[in-house]
Amino acid sequence: MKKIITLVNSLLLLGGMATAQETIYPAKAQKGLLFLKNGTVHVGNGTVLENATIKIKDGKIEEVGVGLAIPADDVAVFDVKGKHVYPGLILPASSLGLQEISGIRSTTDLTEIGDVNPSVRSIVAYNADSKITNTLRSNGILLAHVAPVGSLVGGTSSVVQLDAWNWEDAAYKADMGMQLYMPSLLSRPGGRFGALFAQFFSVQGDPTKEALDKIDAVKQFFREAKAYFAQESKEPNLKLEAARPLFEKKQKLYVHCSQVKQMLIAIDFAKEFGFEVVLIGASDAWQIADLLKQHNVAVIMSQMHDLPTLDDDDIDMPYKRAAILQKAGVLFCINDDDPQNRGRNLAFNAGTAAAYGLSKEEALGAITLNTAKVLGIDNTTGSIEKGKDANIIVSDGDILDMKSSVVQHAFIQGRKLVLDDKHKQLYERYKYKYGIK
Amino acid sequence: MRKIKLLASGLLFATLLQAQETFPVNGVTDKREGCFAFTNATLVKDANTTVTNATLVIRDGKIIAAGSGVAIPKDAVVVDCKDKFLYPSFIDIYTDYGIPQPQRAGAPAATPQNIQAFFNAQQTTGGTKGLNGWNPAIKAEVDAIRLFAVDDSRAKPLREAGFGTVATHQKDGIVRGTGAVVTLANLKDNFVVVKEKATANLSFNKGTSSLSYPSSMMGSIALLRQTYLDAAWFKGNPAAATKEGVNLSLKAFNELQSLPQIFDAQDRGTDLWNVMRADRIGDEFGVQYIIKATGREFQRIKDVAATKAPMIVTVNFPQAQDVEDPNDARLVSLADMKNWELGPTNPGAIEKAGIPFCLTAADLRDPKTFLANLRKAIEYGLSEKAAMEALTKNPANWLGVYDKVGSLEVGKLANFVVTNAPIFSDRAVIMQNWVQGEKYSIKEDAWSPVAGTYNLVVNTPSGAQAFTLDVKSASSATLIGKDTLQARFSHDGRTVKIGFAPGLRVRRANPAMAAMMGGAGGANAGAAAAMMGAVNLPASATRLTGFNNGSSWNGTGVDSAGNLLTWTASPIAMAAVKSDSAKAKPAPKLGGTLYPFTAFGAADSSVPKQETLLFKNATVWTSDKAGKLENTDVLVKGGKIAKIGKGLSDAGARVIDGTGKHLTAGLIDEHSHIASASTNEGGQSVTSEVRIQDNLDPDDINIYRQLSGGVTTSHILHGSANTIGGQTQLIKLRWGANDEELKFKGADPFIKFALGENVKRSSNSQGNTRYPDTRMGVEQVLIDAFNRAKIYEGQWAAFEANSKKKGAAPSAFRRDLELDALVEIMNKKRFITCHSYVASEIVGTMRVAERFGFRINTFTHILEGYKVADKMKAHGVAASTFSDWWAYKNEVQDAIPYNAAIMHKVGLNVAINSDDAEMARRLNQEAAKSVKYGGLTEEEALNMVTINPAKMLHVDNQVGSIKEGKDADLVLWSDNPLSIYAMSLYTVVDGTVYWDREKDLSMRKQVKAERTRLISKMVGEKRSGGPVAPFTPSYKYIHTCLDHGHKLGMLEIDIEDADDHQ
Repeated sequence: MKKIITLVNSLLLLGGMATAQETIYPAKAQKGLLFLKNGTVHVGNGTVLENATIKIKDGKIEEVGVGLAIPADDVAVFDVKGKHVYPGLILPASSLGLQEISGIRSTTDLTEIGDVNPSVRSIVAYNADSKITNTLRSNGILLAHVAPVGSLVGGTSSVVQLDAWNWEDAAYKADMGMQLYMPSLLSRPGGRFGALFAQFFSVQGDPTKEALDKIDAVKQFFREAKAYFAQESKEPNLKLEAARPLFEKKQKLYVHCSQVKQMLIAIDFAKEFGFEVVLIGASDAWQIADLLKQHNVAVIMSQMHDLPTLDDDDIDMPYKRAAILQKAGVLFCINDDDPQNRGRNLAFNAGTAAAYGLSKEEALGAITLNTAKVLGIDNTTGSIEKGKDANIIVSDGDILDMKSSVVQHAFIQGRKLVLDDKHKQLYERYKYKYGIK
Repeated sequence: MRKIKLLASGLLFATLLQAQETFPVNGVTDKREGCFAFTNATLVKDANTTVTNATLVIRDGKIIAAGSGVAIPKDAVVVDCKDKFLYPSFIDIYTDYGIPQPQRAGAPAATPQNIQAFFNAQQTTGGTKGLNGWNPAIKAEVDAIRLFAVDDSRAKPLREAGFGTVATHQKDGIVRGTGAVVTLANLKDNFVVVKEKATANLSFNKGTSSLSYPSSMMGSIALLRQTYLDAAWFKGNPAAATKEGVNLSLKAFNELQSLPQIFDAQDRGTDLWNVMRADRIGDEFGVQYIIKATGREFQRIKDVAATKAPMIVTVNFPQAQDVEDPNDARLVSLADMKNWELGPTNPGAIEKAGIPFCLTAADLRDPKTFLANLRKAIEYGLSEKAAMEALTKNPANWLGVYDKVGSLEVGKLANFVVTNAPIFSDRAVIMQNWVQGEKYSIKEDAWSPVAGTYNLVVNTPSGAQAFTLDVKSASSATLIGKDTLQARFSHDGRTVKIGFAPGLRVRRANPAMAAMMGGAGGANAGAAAAMMGAVNLPASATRLTGFNNGSSWNGTGVDSAGNLLTWTASPIAMAAVKSDSAKAKPAPKLGGTLYPFTAFGAADSSVPKQETLLFKNATVWTSDKAGKLENTDVLVKGGKIAKIGKGLSDAGARVIDGTGKHLTAGLIDEHSHIASASTNEGGQSVTSEVRIQDNLDPDDINIYRQLSGGVTTSHILHGSANTIGGQTQLIKLRWGANDEELKFKGADPFIKFALGENVKRSSNSQGNTRYPDTRMGVEQVLIDAFNRAKIYEGQWAAFEANSKKKGAAPSAFRRDLELDALVEIMNKKRFITCHSYVASEIVGTMRVAERFGFRINTFTHILEGYKVADKMKAHGVAASTFSDWWAYKNEVQDAIPYNAAIMHKVGLNVAINSDDAEMARRLNQEAAKSVKYGGLTEEEALNMVTINPAKMLHVDNQVGSIKEGKDADLVLWSDNPLSIYAMSLYTVVDGTVYWDREKDLSMRKQVKAERTRLISKMVGEKRSGGPVAPFTPSYKYIHTCLDHGHKLGMLEIDIEDADDHQ
C-alpha cells in the first residue's frame, strides 16, 4: 500500500516525540523506492525544476523530473508541494566532532603537538554523538569536512555524513585532505595592550623571515617525501608515508591562509609538487581571482558574515567576495566558521552572498555542488542528479533566507533523518513548563 | 683687545664658572669669570626683537649686556660674529633628561611563558612600598630633582638641536610628581638647576606599577578622578584622614596643585581623543592642564581648541612607509597614510587655532633631527615667530623661569646659540650652543664659509704643481689643472683632506639622475651634491691632509708613487653667500582632512546635515500600535518625525521614493562594544567607578559600517571581566561627530554587571587568584558591594546633616566614585544590564537586588533565560539575548535559539543584541531568526531590535518606533527588513542622512583615488631618497566583552586576547 506521508502528520510525529538526544537514532539504510513529489527542486547546478519528482532507490537518486510516474506499490512518497527541495548542504571545513565546547579543553581534539603532523587523522577522533551535529542537520547540513588544526601541517581530514553511530559509519570520504596552516607573513604586535607590548618585552626576530623559514621546512619535508617514495624498501616513516596520497592525487592540499602573499606561496606548492591546492579562509582571494583561476586553485571562503580587512575596504567587501570569484570563474564554496553558532548559519552566509551579487542558485551551488567539487565528492553528492546519493533536504521556503528557512525533511543516502536536536527538545521542555502552544 | 678666532678657542675656555668654596680643588685654583663679547652679530633677543650689528656680553654665565652700542669690557674675550646670528637657546618643557629610566623588573624576552606570566600577574592588592597611597601608579611623592643627575651623553644631542634648558620629570605612572628645570650645561649637578619644582606631571599610563588596576583607559581616568577626591578629603578633613595613616602620596598630591599641571595625553597610544579626555578631568576638578599633544590634533582642531588647553607639541612626524610592494600597500590604511602626509601640519594647525603651545623634541628617536623637522613644520604652515616663541618665551613663562631663560636680556643665563644664517632657513647650522656661559661646539666648520676657489700648490720632488681648487662645499670640490679632475674633499673647520687621481676627470652629470636627485627641492639637491662628492678614488690616488690656520691651508701628502709632498692652498675668491631672500618654498600640495579621519569620513564640505525629508509611499513598520502601514508617507522635520500619513507633501523636503520599500525605526543594539578606547577594567572585581563615557572613540569605522545595517542607537557596555563592571554609555551613531556629540542626550545612566565563568575567570589556563572563583563568591561580591554602599550612603547622609548644622566644624566627606554608582542603583537612578547565562545565577542575582530594594533592569546574553522566564517576569526584568549562539563554553551548553521566543511568550520584554561589531550590521536578520525559531510574527521579531530595546533602555519616548514627535531615526530598506536580501538604502539619525547607499558608492571611488595618490606619494618619497620606514600593517585593536572567541580578521588584534579567553 502506498504510504503517503504528508508534512502535517510528519510534524505531529516530531512534536510528539520529545525524546532525549540519546534516542535520536541514526536511520536505517533506505531500501526500495522513495519519492519526493511536487516540489520545487533546486538541483544544485543552477537548474530549478518546478513541480518535480525525485525518485530514489536504495539510497541513490534514480531519476529527477516533472511528471514522473509513481508506482502504486508499497513505496514511500513525500508530497512536498509548495516546498523547496535542495541537495543536502555541505559544511566545507569544520571542527565538528573534534571540538564540542571550545572553552573546555578536555572536549577538544583539534590540534596535535608539533609543527608537521601529516599522519594525524581527524576521522579517528570524530565524535559522531556530538550534540552539535543534530543542530546542523536541523538547518540542512548533511555532510561536513572535518579538519584538524595545526601550526603548519595539521594532519589529514575527512568528509563525514551526519547520521551515524560512530566515526567509521560516518566516514563519507576518509582522508581526502591534508591541512596546511600557512604561517603569517606579517609582523604582528602582541595581544593585550599591543601598543604597550614593546614596552615590556624585547621582541625578537623577523616574523616574515621566520614564516618563510617554516615554509621552507614544509617544502623540504615534501621533497624528502618524494625522494622517500622513489626508493621503496626503506624503514617506514609515518610522516613521510602520510604524504603519499597527496602525491598520488588521492588527496588535496588545503591551505589555510588569508594574505595574498600566503596564497602566492600556496600556488607555488601546487607548481612544485603538482598538488591539487585548495585555499581555506582566503579573505583576500578576490584580489588575485584571475591568478587562482589560471592555476586551478579552488577556494573555501570563510563566512560572508565577516568584517572587511581594512577600514578602507568597501564596507560590504566580505559579502561580495563570492561574487568577485564567481565572475572570475574560480571554483569556490562558502563556509560558516563562526565559533558561536557552530556552522548552522551556512545557508544564510550563502544568502548574504546572494544579496551581494550571486544569483540564488549560484549561492546554493556554493554550499552544495561546488563544495562537493572542491572536496572531491561531487561524483556522489552535491546535486540532485541521477546516480548520486540521495542527500536531500526539504525547506518550507527559500533556504537562504532565515525568515523562510525551515527544514522539514532531510535524507542522507535516502535515509530519512529524525530532525530532532537538543535545542528542539529543550524548547519542548519549556513550552511544557509554561504551557506555550 | 685680543681677537681670537673661535675655531681654535674651544680648549681654552673649559672653565668651571661657579666653583664654590665647599668643593675641594685637586690642583691649582683656577677661577675665571668667562667674560665674552660677541660683536657685529644679528641678535635675536626674542621672537619680536632682532637687533642687527649688535653685541652680546656675558660674564659668570650670565648676560651682562645685549644690544647695539654696548660697551665692551676690557677683560672680555671678543668674538667677531659678523654674518652670525645669536638666538636664545631653546627650552624643552617635556623631557626626562637626567632621570633614570624607571624599570619594571627588566624587560624579559617575549617568550610564550613570559607573556603568559606577565598577563597572569593578577596582582589585585599590595604593590606599593613605603608610606605612599594604595596604588603605585599615583606617584605624587616623586620629585624629579631628587632623582636628577647631569648626563652629558643625553644633554649633547639636545644641545646640538639648539636646546639649552629643559624641564625634566620621571615618566612613570599616572601621577608623576614634580618636574625640575635644569640647563644642559655639563657642570656639576648642583649648578645646572634653574628651578627645583616647576611642574606637576600626569598621564593615563600606569607605567611600572605591578598592580593590575587600572588596566584600561577608563580605569586610569577613574583612578585619577578618585585621587582628586581623596586628596580633597585628606586636606579638608585631616582628623578623619589620619585613619588612613601617613599617606605621603596624597599629601604630595595636594602640594602639587600649585604647580603648572602637565598632562601627557600621548603616553597611551596616539589616540587624539586623549586630549579631550584629559581636559575633561581637569574641568571636573578645576584644573587647566597643559596637554602634551598626540600629534593628531589637526584632525579635530576645533575640538582641541575648545579645551582651551595650552599644548606641548611634538615635531616627531610619521615617516613614509615602504609601500612599493602592492601587497604591502594594500594593508596600510588611508588614515595612516593621510596622517603621514598631514602630520607636519599639526604645529601650524595648532598655531592657527590660537592655541598657546610649546614645542618639544620629545618622541624624536634622534633629537638631532629636531631642527629639520621643525623646518618641515614651518614649510607646512607654522610661522617662524610662533616657532621661536614656542621654544623660548612660552616654555620659560609656563615654567616660571622667564626671568632666567628664554630671551637674550641682561641678567638672564648666557644660554644662546650661534648660527650662520637665520635659524629656520634651510642652510642654517647651529655652530655653537652656549649654556650658562659654557661654550659647546657643534658645527664650527660653518663659521667661515669654505666655498670658493683656492690656489693649490703641491710641492713634489719634481717641483711645484699649481692647481685651482674649486670648493663647492665642505664636502665637495673639483681640481682644475690641465683637466678638471674629480676630487675627494672634506673640510671640518680645522682639518682639510683632498684626494685626487690624474685622469679621473669630471664627467658631465647624467642629466636624468641630476633631474631625479635635484628636481624635488633643496634638500634633495643637497643629497645629490653629497652623492657627487663621494668620489671613488683608486687606492693609488694622491692624498693630501692639512690644517686650516685661518688664512691659508698647509699640509702634507703622498702621491701615487709614494713620494712625500707638502702643499699650501690660499683663497682666490670666496663664493657669495646665498641670499636668504630666495623665494619661499611653495606650500606643499596636501589632501584635505576628513571627519572622522578615516576612510569614509566626510570632507569638510560634505559633512552630513539635518534635512527635511519626505519618505513617500513606503511600507512603514511603525513598531507601534499602528502596526505595519502600506503605501504610507513619513515626513521628517527638525530631526523629528513630523507626520505620518498618505499623500503628504512639504515644499522644502527632499523626497525619497519608498515605493516597494520598507521604512522602519532605526535599529537599537542593546549590547555593543564599538566606539570605545577600552572596554574592560578587569583589575578589580568591583569597578563601578569606571565609565565608558570617559573613553568613547567616535572615529571607529564600525559606526559607519553599522549605519549601513540600519543601526542608529548602540548601548556601549563595559566588558564582562568582573562582577560589577563599569558605567555604560548609550550613543547614537552620528558618524563624524565628536565624542560628546555621540552621546544619547538625557538617557538614564546604566551600568554593566556580569556573572559566571567570565568573572570567575574559568578559562584562565594559569588559574585565577582574584576573588571570586565560584558563583558562590560572585553572589558575595554583589552583597558585599551593596552592603558597603548602604553604609556609605548612611555616612554621607549623616555628614550632610551635620554640615548643615550651625557652627559645625568644617569637614570633608570622602566621596567614593565606586560606591556613588552603587548608591545610584539602590536609589533607582542608575540601572543594571547584567551579563548572565545560567538559571542559578539569574535567580540568585535577582534575589540580591530584591534584598537591597531594587530590580535588575536587563539581563543581557541571558541564554538560559527561557528556563526561569517566569521568575524573571515576576522580578520585572527585561532580556536582551543572542539569536542563536551556543556551545562555545560550558555555561552556554543549554543555550537554545528558541530562547527569545519563549521569553517573549512568557511576557518578558525581549531584545536581540549583537555584542559583535560584525553581527550588529545584521541585527534585523538576527531578529528574523525568532520567526524561524519559535514562530514569532515578523512584527514581533522586528520589535526585538527597535521598540523593545528602546523600552529596556528607557528611551522609548524618543526612539524605537515610527511615531509623530519621536526622533527621526529611520531606515529605508530595499526589501522586507527581516529578509536576508534587505539592505539599508538610507539610515537617518535625527533627520540627518548618515548612510546613503548611493553616496557610499561614490565615496568608495574617492577612497580608492586618495589611496592611490598617497601610495604613489610614499613610493616617491622612497625613490627620492627620503627617510622610509618598513611597512607596518594598519592593525586594528578591537575590544570585546571577554565573553567568547571572536573570529579575527587579518589585521584585527583583540586586546583582551592574551588575558582571558580562548
